[in-house]
Amino acid sequence: MSHLSEKGIQVSELLIDNISMRFDLPDGGHVQALKNVTLDIKSGELMSVLGPSGCGKTTLLNIVAGFLAPTEGQIKLNNEVVTGPSPQRGMVFQQGALFEWMNVRDNVSFGPDMKGVSRAESKEKVEHLLEVVGLQDFKEKAIYELSGGMQQRVALARCLANDPDVILMDEPLGALDALTREKMQSLVLDLWKDTGKTIILITHSVEEALLLGERLLVMAPRPGRVHKEYRLPFADLGVGNDLREVKKHKDYAGTREEILEMIWNMEEEIMGRTEESA
Amino acid sequence: MTGLLVLALYVAAFFGSFVIAKQIFKSAFEKKGFNKLKTVTFGDESAITANRVASVVSVVTVFWLWVAFTNSTIPLPKFPGPFSGDMTFTYTAQLEDGTQDDATVTMRVYREDIQQTVDEEGNPGREPSPAEVELGDGFAKNDSLTVARYGFKVVNVWKNDEVSKKDGSTIVAINGQPIKPGEKISVDEGTLGLTDKGTPTFAPATGFRMARLYLPAPEVVFQRFIWLNKEGYQGFTLIEHTRYSLQRVLLGFLLGALVGVPIGYAMGLTGWARGWFDPIVEFMRPIPPLALIPLIIIWFGIGEVGKVVLLFLAALWIMIIAARSGVSGVAISKVHAAYSLGASKWQILSKVIVPNSLPDIFTGARVAMGVCWGTVVAAELVAANVGLGKMIVTASKFQLTDIIIVGIIVIGVIGFAIEVGMRALENWLIPWKGKV
Ligand SMILES: Nc1ncnc2c1ncn2[C@@H]1O[C@H](COP(=O)(O)OP(=O)(O)O)[C@@H](O)[C@H]1O
Ligand SMILES: [Mg+2]
Repeated sequence: MSHLSEKGIQVSELLIDNISMRFDLPDGGHVQALKNVTLDIKSGELMSVLGPSGCGKTTLLNIVAGFLAPTEGQIKLNNEVVTGPSPQRGMVFQQGALFEWMNVRDNVSFGPDMKGVSRAESKEKVEHLLEVVGLQDFKEKAIYELSGGMQQRVALARCLANDPDVILMDEPLGALDALTREKMQSLVLDLWKDTGKTIILITHSVEEALLLGERLLVMAPRPGRVHKEYRLPFADLGVGNDLREVKKHKDYAGTREEILEMIWNMEEEIMGRTEESA
Repeated sequence: MTGLLVLALYVAAFFGSFVIAKQIFKSAFEKKGFNKLKTVTFGDESAITANRVASVVSVVTVFWLWVAFTNSTIPLPKFPGPFSGDMTFTYTAQLEDGTQDDATVTMRVYREDIQQTVDEEGNPGREPSPAEVELGDGFAKNDSLTVARYGFKVVNVWKNDEVSKKDGSTIVAINGQPIKPGEKISVDEGTLGLTDKGTPTFAPATGFRMARLYLPAPEVVFQRFIWLNKEGYQGFTLIEHTRYSLQRVLLGFLLGALVGVPIGYAMGLTGWARGWFDPIVEFMRPIPPLALIPLIIIWFGIGEVGKVVLLFLAALWIMIIAARSGVSGVAISKVHAAYSLGASKWQILSKVIVPNSLPDIFTGARVAMGVCWGTVVAAELVAANVGLGKMIVTASKFQLTDIIIVGIIVIGVIGFAIEVGMRALENWLIPWKGKV
């Protein structure tokens, strides 16, 4: 449902409506990657998604992005059914999705270029975004000259240059070292607050999910489904602040332990099942 | 025999020069830079750099072996050469009644390549005439003959004798040594002997050096190189032969790439094209281009068209496969990223797939250029009017080994230059290759 915000701008609402996804395997079997997933994501919400690997997180994201059609259900953005990829829904991948034959600036202006926006028109926006992600001095650099953290900054800027309604991130910080990762988490929070974008962020790290997710979704495997949902205060607290301070919040440690325990049990169960069948 | 000696010397040079160079060029054997700090380097391939002293000695060794085993005029240590000049031996003829008589044979041994040499006035050398000798007394008369180095002469000593072989004159001794038919006597200048029928023979000593026919000396090859540029061979100078060969390669390769790359892309992008071309590519790919030459000659004759078609075919399959694997090498996340940034199919192709496949296409192009260069020479060997291969094969019919060697060296140098050029082009056009 699209609705008007207080300021009167049209904003987006993402509706994941009873999605199921079944992969048929070549050997005649099948995998139920997702079963009856329903989510209503409000405009400007930052939702982090956690779950043991194989629980369908990437599949869900690919369906929202429009790369896969679900076997059941539908995705609606602003009341329109999603049928394919569109610049409305930007993607940030883990790594290696930048175009290494282009320099930093050309990567960032890729979206506007594709739409036929002239360089003169997009210049200001591109320069601004490069500044926001702290790469104003690296415009002319080749992608392979940048560190992993800088490459992900380019990926963020490239996605924002298209001004998407929703940003989908599949473990965007997964390949970074712990320190770089912390800095990037702050950047993601700041960008979220500044731009007011709706963000779905998949992560492997419970801490990251807690710190960044205004809403936190824990998924369970076989079949992939929503296991539990949290509403958390940490993302709002973290905007513009030291994330290490946020971790001292009284509820932080408890929630973390609870979620760890939950995922731990799921993994145990998976192990047990595979041992039984073996 | 000589081959084994060359091999033994080469192996000895490898180890010997190592021992010597290690004493003289100590710095070339030291670990450099960061490797200095590594305590173990055996098995650590990254710590190995080519020892440039070894490279220099290696090239020098090959050159020296070339000089040492040929009749070169270059002042480097050489192996004993063939005998040339005059030598004499005596034979003792005996008649049926037991009377004996001695006579001398003077052999003039001349350069086997005399006709290929020129004197100061530019006239080609000629075979010398035999030495002037007195006939001498007795029934056996002195003889004088010529023989080429590396040659063999059956000496009909009875030709000027008073009693012929038919009339019962037999040779019983050479240089005073009794000898029977089939036996041999070694002398400094070569080998004397009697044939099974009792006729004296002389084979001048060959030493260890190669006759010009087998391996001309370096300076001979160099002179031939100059001559080929100036005079030319078979109506074309060396440059022209080279230009024709290169032209065919470039034209064939470009056509192959122009047709092959789009087909490869189509195979990577549509199921219809993949299904259509798969059987053709899979069938044609393992056929060596050389096997097509006979058919190409029947269809197109021996002119330029046939050559270009052959090279086109040699490059085509390689370029198709390279472009196809370039497409399959595109990470799906790049394609997805481009789609969700609003790219159309055409933009996906031109902005993502084409640049992303360039490294594969370049690797293919390098292979294809190498194959084409090898194929053009082979094709010219079979049938052509001009070209390096044609030059070589014609020279081989006239046993002009020096031209063959010049041709081989030029082919090698150009093949190497193509490879180096392609790599430089690659580094310039695809700086990101291997860095992501
Ligand atoms: N294209 C596919 N074909 C068959 N099975 C698939 C395919 N994609 C994903 N799966 C299966 O679906 C399940 C969910 O995968 P995925 O969404 O990648 O999980 P996650 O991202 O949570 O690790 C896994 O069991 C995986 O093996
Ligand atoms: Mg995943």
